[in-house]
Amino acid sequence: MHNKTLAQISQDLQAGEYSSVEVTQHFLDRINNLDGQYNSFITVTDEKALIQAKAADALRSAGNANEWTGVPMAHKDIFCTEGVRTSCGSKMLDKFIAPYDSTVADNFNQVGAVSLGKTNMDEFAMGSSSESSFYGAVKNPWNEEHVPGGSSGGSAAAVAARLAPGITATDTGGSIRQPAAFCGVTGIKPTYGRVSRFGMVSYASSLDQGGPIARTAEDAAMMLNVMAGFDKKDSTSIDRAVPDYRTDLNKSVKGMTIGLPKEYFSSDLDPAMAQTIQDAIKEYEKMGATLKEISLPNTNLCVPAYYVIAPSECSANLSRMDGVRFGHRCEDPKNIEDLYKRSRSEGFGDEVQRRIMLGSYALSAGFYDAYYKKAQQVRRLIKNDFVAAFNDVDVIMSPVAPSPAFKFGEKSKDPVSMYLEDIFTLATNLAGLPGMSVPAGMINDLPVGLQLIGNYFDESRLLNCAHQFQNATDWHTKTPTGLK
Amino acid sequence: MSLDTNQVLAIADLSRLQIDEKSITEFQTNLSNILDLVDQLQAVDTDGVEPMAHPMDAVQRLRADVVTEENNRDKFQKIAPSTEDGHYLVPKVVE
Repeated sequence: MHNKTLAQISQDLQAGEYSSVEVTQHFLDRINNLDGQYNSFITVTDEKALIQAKAADALRSAGNANEWTGVPMAHKDIFCTEGVRTSCGSKMLDKFIAPYDSTVADNFNQVGAVSLGKTNMDEFAMGSSSESSFYGAVKNPWNEEHVPGGSSGGSAAAVAARLAPGITATDTGGSIRQPAAFCGVTGIKPTYGRVSRFGMVSYASSLDQGGPIARTAEDAAMMLNVMAGFDKKDSTSIDRAVPDYRTDLNKSVKGMTIGLPKEYFSSDLDPAMAQTIQDAIKEYEKMGATLKEISLPNTNLCVPAYYVIAPSECSANLSRMDGVRFGHRCEDPKNIEDLYKRSRSEGFGDEVQRRIMLGSYALSAGFYDAYYKKAQQVRRLIKNDFVAAFNDVDVIMSPVAPSPAFKFGEKSKDPVSMYLEDIFTLATNLAGLPGMSVPAGMINDLPVGLQLIGNYFDESRLLNCAHQFQNATDWHTKTPTGLK
Repeated sequence: MSLDTNQVLAIADLSRLQIDEKSITEFQTNLSNILDLVDQLQAVDTDGVEPMAHPMDAVQRLRADVVTEENNRDKFQKIAPSTEDGHYLVPKVVE
């Protein structure tokens, strides 16, 4: 049952092959029996899930079911879920029981999906390896000595380990695409403003975007249909009609022009990675797409611009964690400043404190123009590169990451080396474009992701390209060796 | 660019963080390395480039000035570390 896709489970439920309670119990048992190995969940909501499943089965008996009724899924622990701990991977929010639902969680409740629980992640979504969680590191199901990627490492690892067929995630600098690539699953980061950020714990507000991680493009489309949409509670949400993301899945890619940015395929790129990605792109050529070399000349500025903008916005966003209204508070504060400082230093891990400090510095008096304003100007240059490129091509393709999953501890000691991991994914966040990761090969028995970048609001095309690739190849069907 | 110990302590203070003695050097090294990385921006000519805050250059939406939120004080204060009579309690601020 756990090897079925979301779409298949949905069909089976509609055909009465099994009940929602049965499939929900099956996944809960898998999580409870196997997740000790991966640590991909922070909270498993057995009781609530079974209550939702029973209600779904009752709806179905009454003839009021839709395709989502009773379908099990889970949420990254960054989305507020009423009455359920929403920790964001941090000690700061270890006891935070969300008093309301995020719009994304509410959307899944409204359609009758069943939430199995909350998945593990880098603390406050700051990281590329899921090693910085207060709840311990997540293991990559393909090889437990390797990281699952981050920050949505729990969501990606759990989908790869067949602990849930689809899980929500968020992407500020690659946090959907890179873990999806490292774990051999499919993920899409939509256009900025497409999915509501209401109730999604903020890291860098001008970059954060929610999206799905699932096994197939079809499943990702099914989830995005629920997630996307205008929300008046999110001031950066875009008021624009949402298409059915499945409509275009079966379109041919014949005649499509694929842009290959020469900066992403430089001589620095690992030869095995270059070969794997080129082989994947050849599949598109076979299907009738044409290739075109393009240039994104400001690519080398993505890492520096991102590491000004993201920490600056995080330092402002995380100032709300002050030990007063919610979250961790230190013992016996001597005065208000002591309360702020000790609560925050005890509640936040090193990487979070580093980024807050970096942001406070960049935004401090006298430095704003040199850092934040400068980075926002460079951001526009980066965006302009893409606007120009999309005059000539329909979709851009590249690797998701410079290498497959690295080992634990390999980069966590040196923040700069960890930041360079995001080199291919940051640009889409800075430009606000949709990006996707599709399983596209293996290097040393570890999965490799092909990145698809689309024009604004062109999620349907990305999902179409991914679906066509998945019809032609079987990388997305591979299961981690030894998986029970 | 290299930060000295006093700068690191001043930034920690601005950030309302209390870093202990033994981690100062580590923060100093890591923050200095990150600043070296981001200093690449300084070489870019951005004269006349409008800073970009939203990819679609969206502006703040406004709504009519009427009450739209219901009062959830009790619900929200249930998760607070310390409250009394609807107020959040903190150590004495004014003598």
